[in-house]
Amino acid sequence: MFLSMNWISDFVDLTGLDKMELIRKFSLSTAEVENEIFFKGSDFSGIVVAEIKSVEDHPKSEKLHLLKVDIGEAELVDVVCGAPNVRVGMKTAFAKVGAKIGEIEIAPRPLAGFMSNGMCCSEKEIGISDDNSGIMDITDDVVNGTDLKDIYEIDDIVFEVDNKSLTNRPDLWGHYGIAREFASLAGRELKPLPQVDLSQYNNLPKVDLKIEDDLCQRYSCLQVENITKNVSPVNMRIRLYYCGMRGINLLADLTNYLMLEMGQPMHAFDSRKVEKIRIKCFAEPFTFQTLDGVDRNIDENTLMICNDNTPVAIAGIMGGLDSEIVEDTTTLTLESATFNAASIRKSTVRLGHRTDASNRYEKCLDPEMTVPAIARFVNLLVSIDPDAKVVSALTDEYAYKYPKVTLDFDKAFIDKYTGIEIANDTIVNTLNSLGFKASNDGDNFTVEVPSWRATKDVTIKADIVEEITRIYGYDNFDIHTAAAPLYPVRAKAEKTVEDRIKDILVHRYSLHELHSYVWQYYDEYKALGMDIEENIKLQGATNPNIETIRKSIIPTQLCQVKTNTNFSTDFGVFEIGRTVDGLKSDGLCNERKKLCVTLYSKTKSLESLYVELATMLSVISDNIKHKALNFTPMEATLSYEHPRNLNAISCDGVVLGKIGVVHPTVAKKIDKKASIVFAEIDVPMLTEVADAGIHYEEPSKFPNMEIDLSFMSETFAPIGKAIKDANCELIKNVQVVDTYRDENGKSITVRLTFSNPQKTLTTEEVMEVANGIIEALAKENIALKS
Amino acid sequence: MREKLEAIRVKAEAELSAITEQSELENFRVQVLGKKGELTSLLKMMGSLSAEERPIMGQVVNETRAFVEQKIAEKQAEIKELELKKEIESTPVFDISVPANLTRGSYHPITLVQRQCESVFRTMGFNIEDYSEIVTDYECFEALNIPKDHPARDMQDTYYLENGQLLKSHTSAAQNAIYKKYKDALVNDGMPIKAIFPGRCFRNEATDACHENTFFQMEGVMVDKDISISNLIYFMKTMLSEVFQKDIKVRLRPGFFPFVEPGFELDISCLICGGEGCPSCKHSGWLELCPCGMIHPEVLKAGGIDPEEYTGFAFGLGLTRLAMMKYGVKDIRDLNSGSLKTLSQFTDDEN
Repeated sequence: MFLSMNWISDFVDLTGLDKMELIRKFSLSTAEVENEIFFKGSDFSGIVVAEIKSVEDHPKSEKLHLLKVDIGEAELVDVVCGAPNVRVGMKTAFAKVGAKIGEIEIAPRPLAGFMSNGMCCSEKEIGISDDNSGIMDITDDVVNGTDLKDIYEIDDIVFEVDNKSLTNRPDLWGHYGIAREFASLAGRELKPLPQVDLSQYNNLPKVDLKIEDDLCQRYSCLQVENITKNVSPVNMRIRLYYCGMRGINLLADLTNYLMLEMGQPMHAFDSRKVEKIRIKCFAEPFTFQTLDGVDRNIDENTLMICNDNTPVAIAGIMGGLDSEIVEDTTTLTLESATFNAASIRKSTVRLGHRTDASNRYEKCLDPEMTVPAIARFVNLLVSIDPDAKVVSALTDEYAYKYPKVTLDFDKAFIDKYTGIEIANDTIVNTLNSLGFKASNDGDNFTVEVPSWRATKDVTIKADIVEEITRIYGYDNFDIHTAAAPLYPVRAKAEKTVEDRIKDILVHRYSLHELHSYVWQYYDEYKALGMDIEENIKLQGATNPNIETIRKSIIPTQLCQVKTNTNFSTDFGVFEIGRTVDGLKSDGLCNERKKLCVTLYSKTKSLESLYVELATMLSVISDNIKHKALNFTPMEATLSYEHPRNLNAISCDGVVLGKIGVVHPTVAKKIDKKASIVFAEIDVPMLTEVADAGIHYEEPSKFPNMEIDLSFMSETFAPIGKAIKDANCELIKNVQVVDTYRDENGKSITVRLTFSNPQKTLTTEEVMEVANGIIEALAKENIALKS
Repeated sequence: MREKLEAIRVKAEAELSAITEQSELENFRVQVLGKKGELTSLLKMMGSLSAEERPIMGQVVNETRAFVEQKIAEKQAEIKELELKKEIESTPVFDISVPANLTRGSYHPITLVQRQCESVFRTMGFNIEDYSEIVTDYECFEALNIPKDHPARDMQDTYYLENGQLLKSHTSAAQNAIYKKYKDALVNDGMPIKAIFPGRCFRNEATDACHENTFFQMEGVMVDKDISISNLIYFMKTMLSEVFQKDIKVRLRPGFFPFVEPGFELDISCLICGGEGCPSCKHSGWLELCPCGMIHPEVLKAGGIDPEEYTGFAFGLGLTRLAMMKYGVKDIRDLNSGSLKTLSQFTDDEN
């Protein structure tokens, strides 16, 4: 919203004060002011009123005219002018010789063979409107040669406030409310708003009005006729233009002006079209043409202003084309109303159409404002067009009022909240300067909240703290630390696990951490031949791409791998992210935090990459939990899982996740030549595994003994099991030192390291253990290699 | 015999000087001192000597033996020295000027800034909490004093799920649970609630260089008796100075958020120009950084804390924004792009 310092100054005398400093204070105490501040009128000087005394056609040009203009000097001035609207007797804006417009200084210059000693200006050229159709037509009775800036409010400081910073302040959607803030910040009085006394019309007939839906809070209206003027005063048009609107005609300009001044949207109907004003919703949807000529779909929740049963306006949003003021309108009905804020907002969302009026209504406007707005409107109207005549009594239906808000608090409360000392007088004066009615009896305060702050904005004591402190100024706060006692902070187990996983994968394995989205990207999954897993969906999702929440990070990560195949011949990525594994019994999502790792290689075999990944996970488990992982083959069920190479990962008998080779169909779509493997682990479940910790054992003084055993086996698992089952305390380490495949099959050589802390080991006792293992494996048909 | 011994001594000296190899030396040693060596055979002849001569000759034999042994030892040392020299000379000068293989992994930039923030807050006694990404309407809105008809609750802004839950639109959604978790310690043991909770948030909006539907925030709260606006400003200034590792000026402007009252927008002095004004702060000298405020009494109440007795402040740092500021990432979408060309650069933190 653009704000004019001239307009603000109508209501508070700011003479002698640094306006820029006031704007800065306003930004820090009330609402954020955008950086760019506009110094209107500062870019030109020397523009005066000139009267055209004669107009001659240019002998060689169709467009140009030769003028003699009176600029209040002894001699008339010769000017060549190309504007189509020149006429004798017309007064216009004239840049005389020596005048400056932007960087240009006006000097006498020949134009198509004739000297031109100055320039007639359009309104656009002097920046007071966007009208460039001809030179400015000054209809006011002004003396020739007067500097334009002396008669019109061209010089102004205009600043912009971000609408978002006004969402909770319905009172700041007009200049009067803004002026109240400036008055408080400047320590000056706020002047009353000029109004007419509406009670003088009480004897006139009332408008036929009835609120039939409680979405309308208050509806005030008044009928006026005999408006003879069509064009608004220049100053009014300048203000509207500076504040981002355009002059249209007197009536439209007045309603806009009122809205920008008081924040109260108003609407003028042709009275013939609103003989019986009814405010209601319709049970059946229909289309309605608004005054911008657009047909809009109205549903049963949209509040309408009607003439009996004929809708004439969408309440609070926009009038209808049919009820607009037209050429032959004689009587008009002024609407000044308040509607349910949430309903207006929802209607704008449904209609996909927001207006300056709806923007304000959404903020919970003060219903007390509807009548003063009419009184101010009439005051402005008759000052501009004295012939205008009020022809009805004020008609006002006030369906319901907001409760009066009165708050009591004591000094201790303010002290506790602020942490600084603010004097009792300062508290009372600050609140009163903002229109609150504050008083105190010693340290006890009572505050009555003004209606324009009581619609939802100020309801509790903490709100009062804000009023006091923002005007006091946060820059003026003495700041200090809290007196709170200190307690040790324990790291959360899961957080520690997460951090350590990341450190291991990044530092030890040079993996890259990625982030991704929580939904299953339909298009990307399809491109890789992966199915969308059935899971909870977003409500009313319109984009199937992000419709279904993911069950696993693996497919997401495979999509990411696909986009990185040019990055390097070998890389690995991981993410600790969230998935949803259906719903829990209470109907809430079973959200899981998962670690997902994918390795990609163009140089390694699938098997070695798969083993590498299993090793990584084992290292994580060993580092964090000092425990080994078990890998058990499991059945593939998902489109990206390899039917033969998928293992469940478990620790302490709890399944933590899975590790697998990517299904060749999917793998080929990612990269025809690369090996790709994945694993996913549930982080909270890993966290819950008890840490076996470090078990210190005094090193044996006696030498270790190692024996190598080679078995004919496809997998290590049974060998490992046999060794474990031997349950021999002397075995300190088991290592696979070689695997070999020949025509007889695959052999695995394990090295067992024995150690006894008490005495020197004998070959006999070691061999006894080894033989036990060999026998156990023989029963499983796993033979010692011959 | 004396002559023979003398001959051995002379011969030993002569032969030893010619020896250059360990094997030759060993041969020599065997030849002279070995079981069948010259000296040993002489010793065997001792028996033929008279009782008077025997000790005298014995001494001479021993002296000769000691002499030869010493010479061998000297030679031994000499040969070792020589061999070591040979070994050293045969070792090439290795080239370590080849470029090092710096292959290393990378953290997501969010992890990096998150860890920096966490360490700052940990030193100030804040707990680091984690929270789910899918929350209830109550957690995300109702418990935060966000009324039913508030725009933030529209489907246009928030991702609702079929079961009525939603993807949390701000980390504030964890506030209620944090209060409930720590309120007993607050009330019974006088332990102030001090917690931060970083997390992923979601907003239903079109993405572009500045907008993402998935981003990170970090919420912080502190609740105790007599926590004041003055404390809030102090903590924000101190913590942000630590995060950015320089003295940061902060300024507060009123800002409206239903879960705080008073609510603020916190600006920091521009990190680039220090407040002079530059393009990155749009010449204002200030950067809008994070919303904060005094926790709304209704929010404390919903968390089971009596607002008449306790007050607190809350703030929300945009971790994503922080990461972008810190590393100069211009397009927010890069962070979730999964592109290794972009993300592999965040190898570690330079602090």
